[in-house]
Amino acid sequence: MKIVKPPLPSQDKRWKIIDAKMRKLGYRPYALIETLHAVQEAFGYLDEVALLWVAKSLRVPPSKVYGVATFYNFFTLKPQGAHTCVVCLGTACYVKRSAEILEAIEAFAKIKSGETTSDKQLSLLTARCIGACGIAPTVVYDGSVAGRMTPDQAVEKLKGYLSHAA
Amino acid sequence: MLLEELHGIAEKEKAGRKSTCVRCCMSAGCMSSQADEIKKAMEKAVADQNLGDSVEVRRVGCMGFCGQGPMVSVESKGLLYEQVTPQSAPSIIGALAGGATEVQQGDPQHPFFARQLHVVRANGGRIDPERIEDYIELGGYQTLLHVVNEMQPEDVVKAITQSGLRGRGGAGFPTGLKWAMVAKSKGDRKYVICNGDEGDPGAFMDRSVLESDPHTVIEGMAIAGYAVGATQGFLYVRAEYPLAISRLQIAIRQAKTKGFLGEGLFESTFSFNVEVRIGAGAFVCGEETALMASIEGRRGQPRPRPPFPAESGLWSFPTLINNVETFANIVPIMTKGADWYASLGTEKSKGTKVFALTGKIKNNGLIEVPMGITIREIVEDLGGGAPDGSKIKAVQTGGPSGGCIPAHLFDTPVDYESLMGVGSIMGSGGMVVMDDSTNMVDVARFYMQFCMEESCGKCIPCRAGTVQMYQLLNKIMERKATIKDLEQLEELCDMVRHTSLCGLGQTAPNPVTSTLRYFRDEYLALLQPEEVHAEAVH
Repeated sequence: MKIVKPPLPSQDKRWKIIDAKMRKLGYRPYALIETLHAVQEAFGYLDEVALLWVAKSLRVPPSKVYGVATFYNFFTLKPQGAHTCVVCLGTACYVKRSAEILEAIEAFAKIKSGETTSDKQLSLLTARCIGACGIAPTVVYDGSVAGRMTPDQAVEKLKGYLSHAA
Repeated sequence: MLLEELHGIAEKEKAGRKSTCVRCCMSAGCMSSQADEIKKAMEKAVADQNLGDSVEVRRVGCMGFCGQGPMVSVESKGLLYEQVTPQSAPSIIGALAGGATEVQQGDPQHPFFARQLHVVRANGGRIDPERIEDYIELGGYQTLLHVVNEMQPEDVVKAITQSGLRGRGGAGFPTGLKWAMVAKSKGDRKYVICNGDEGDPGAFMDRSVLESDPHTVIEGMAIAGYAVGATQGFLYVRAEYPLAISRLQIAIRQAKTKGFLGEGLFESTFSFNVEVRIGAGAFVCGEETALMASIEGRRGQPRPRPPFPAESGLWSFPTLINNVETFANIVPIMTKGADWYASLGTEKSKGTKVFALTGKIKNNGLIEVPMGITIREIVEDLGGGAPDGSKIKAVQTGGPSGGCIPAHLFDTPVDYESLMGVGSIMGSGGMVVMDDSTNMVDVARFYMQFCMEESCGKCIPCRAGTVQMYQLLNKIMERKATIKDLEQLEELCDMVRHTSLCGLGQTAPNPVTSTLRYFRDEYLALLQPEEVHAEAVH
């Protein structure tokens, strides 16, 4: 049986990178999570166009693709802000009052954890544990970890990141 | 590749060494404090001071004392520097030639280091995790070569059984027995999986092992593959550990290039490949059947056992699944012998255990200690006790599946049975110290919220039970609960424990039951007397 591959959703070169990932794994259904990682890495989030195209390419029902995309915390269906700020709420950070850090940042940015500011500059997230417990409490700004934070320091640092273009 | 060639690589490495080696920790903790810039500054200082002939700067994995990082060590001179900054590099390099430096020095003879016993972490902080030659220099891959050419698979299983090694993921199932089950199972294909989905908050042992010494895990997996008859391995690592993932991918590529992985490795008939699979942020994927569903590209939901993975695992083929630390124990056991390993630890718990010692304690970091050491020794000797002005109240082990051990039981030895006896578990190795400023009901609520949010939703006891228990704990914390609520909480704990499908639900009540057992008065202090409550309602 000849397998018909769906066309790329657009001319955007990033689709080719994702297609290469699927090809490497033989367009097998088990490549789904790896593929979604590739989509999120390329586009920052998973939209309907991407999910449907991945579903067709791997011959997995769209319901299953959606199920996987929403099951795992790492995947997001909404576009993220230009900057991300992740407050670790693991146990070691928690006993060192990371909840107060989160509150301070929420108060400063006027958004709750899981939300993005209306100017699309900042997404605020929380983590289960980033495994840097030795330097707890920690906050991750645009992928780089900062340790031994206080609520004030955490907000100051965030201001610094926000004043730079992404 | 033959043994002579391995020796050749090792000799060449040794010959290229300079007399003084400045080691810079470049693991996740220290990396967050400019470890990259520190290494560059060290290299520049060596060049500036014309010491290039005798001094080399090297990237190494985790040294363990993460709370005092970034760390830099000069082993040949017995020097250990703490909280290093790029600015302090010239002074540290200058001091190598006899000058003085103001940089804070650690004492390598400090109990934090002296009381440790390194088996799993023997190479951590000593080798460059991104260079396979460093690993080979310390004898790496010689054991795999020996095993596939000189040993029968059943002898490997026998050795692991004799060593007494038990699963380091937390439950402590005898590793040799598991290997024997997979070896015995019939299947066209078999798989080996390394569980690196270290999801317990407050635990970073596996992360450190993967970041500091990836080859030892890969070599251990290949030995396991040979022993059970598997040709394909998967390393499942959580997405939150990007550095570990990248170092593993580098390590696998290097091992393939050298012919230590792939078809007919070490000129034997045995073939073995390893692939990395990245998790996507689901705590339940640490459960073995959920993890396998995730590798298959599905939602990470567990399924009932039996059948156990040893009979029907990944894509229904017999599958061996062990934790990172378990695999990291394999090479030392096969190199130094099962008897040597069995001589370490206690009667039923052999070897060592790596713990992430964190929370309200002076010395934060990663420690590897012989089984049988007491919690008091860990907390007071290695950990240095409470930070100034506070009093240690309890130690939490086992994360959301574990329990709190109160200070009056700190003489409990660390072994699987003793920890279970006091209502906790060994767990994967998180050890969070709590002082008198920590409210134990709040701790229980913290873990329950975690389990509630991470419940996969497949079985009702866990899905609905954790929500109910969380709400009751919330009610207690808000001082709105009565003794009746507490009774209901205890009933729910019992029900969820006995009726949940997988380990997540079965152990979710543990933090509540263990804090109730030792800190019941903290719960009672928050309760409303029943009459008062009744009046308030009317």
